[in-house]
Amino acid sequence: MADLALGKESSDFKKGLQAGISIGIGYFPIALTFGLLAKTSGLSIYETVLMSLIVFAGASQYISLSLIAYGTGIFEIILTTFIVNIRHFLMSTSLNEKCEEDQLISKLIYSFGITDETFSVVATKEGTASTGFLFGVISVSYTSWVVFSGVGHLIGANLPQTLQDSMAVALYAMFIGLLVPSMKNNVKVIVLAVFGAIFNSIFTIGHIMAQGWSIVTATLLSAILIESAEVIKAKYRGAGHEK
Amino acid sequence: MRSEIVWMIVGMGLVTYIPRMLPFVLFKGKELPPFIQGVLKNVPYATLGALIFPAIIFIQKDDIWYGILGAAAAFIAAFLGANVIVVVLGSIAVLALYSYLL
Repeated sequence: MADLALGKESSDFKKGLQAGISIGIGYFPIALTFGLLAKTSGLSIYETVLMSLIVFAGASQYISLSLIAYGTGIFEIILTTFIVNIRHFLMSTSLNEKCEEDQLISKLIYSFGITDETFSVVATKEGTASTGFLFGVISVSYTSWVVFSGVGHLIGANLPQTLQDSMAVALYAMFIGLLVPSMKNNVKVIVLAVFGAIFNSIFTIGHIMAQGWSIVTATLLSAILIESAEVIKAKYRGAGHEK
Repeated sequence: MRSEIVWMIVGMGLVTYIPRMLPFVLFKGKELPPFIQGVLKNVPYATLGALIFPAIIFIQKDDIWYGILGAAAAFIAAFLGANVIVVVLGSIAVLALYSYLL
């Protein structure tokens, strides 16, 4: 029995590793550029790798570099980081419903690895997500992020411009690759994504709020609106109809 | 390593980790009201929409078609049932070809 459970854990872990590969590829150019920018912002290689090891959140790490370059105070940098990353609260709350029951300690460890990308991969997986799967996805992503941050600082040069430009699409292409299969034959998913996209476009292009808040607000608005619409629709149909 | 940079990194790490971790401690899951559970099930798809747009359109600031082409390539590949990695590598290839031809 113990063997069997262990076998399941390790095969879930492998599945997680495979599912995480596209994140690993997507992080490669971003981490490399982060390492390079960190060097030009005056961070040492140890400081650069330490930041990727401890923070593991792309957007806020980039922002911290420009703030360091501006000479912004530490408190402001930390506060900005908090605001940029607050959306993870929503993602973790959503994942908490999807992940298998496990000891708190496992959850405390893997929650460290929840990023936009790992969240998307785990949340769009069919069925329950096991702890092994989460650790698999996060291991690939985290390794890619930390290692290539260091490599970027070390080689101190960019990829060829055309390759770098075209690789900028990687993570977005991954989001699309995760979203589209769920959209097929599911109008609700399509409407949710379209509303999320429209709200976020209005908020960011209209400069109504900073990006950190914009994604959270757009997501919540879309998710609540569509859920309310469903509840109202179900009520109108009367109690006799099951959905 | 300069100590003020280390403290900044530790602070950044803490304020990033806490929102990631807190829901797993606060909510036991599956006990929330059905409406909230429904909203939380909707979150991934709404988030994906918001993560993709408008950012993908602006991956190349001075050429909006670059992003649109990348998005179209990814959508088509995904719609045809390609695996996520194929979608990623395919759209990189399409854009590399586009910048090469330009």
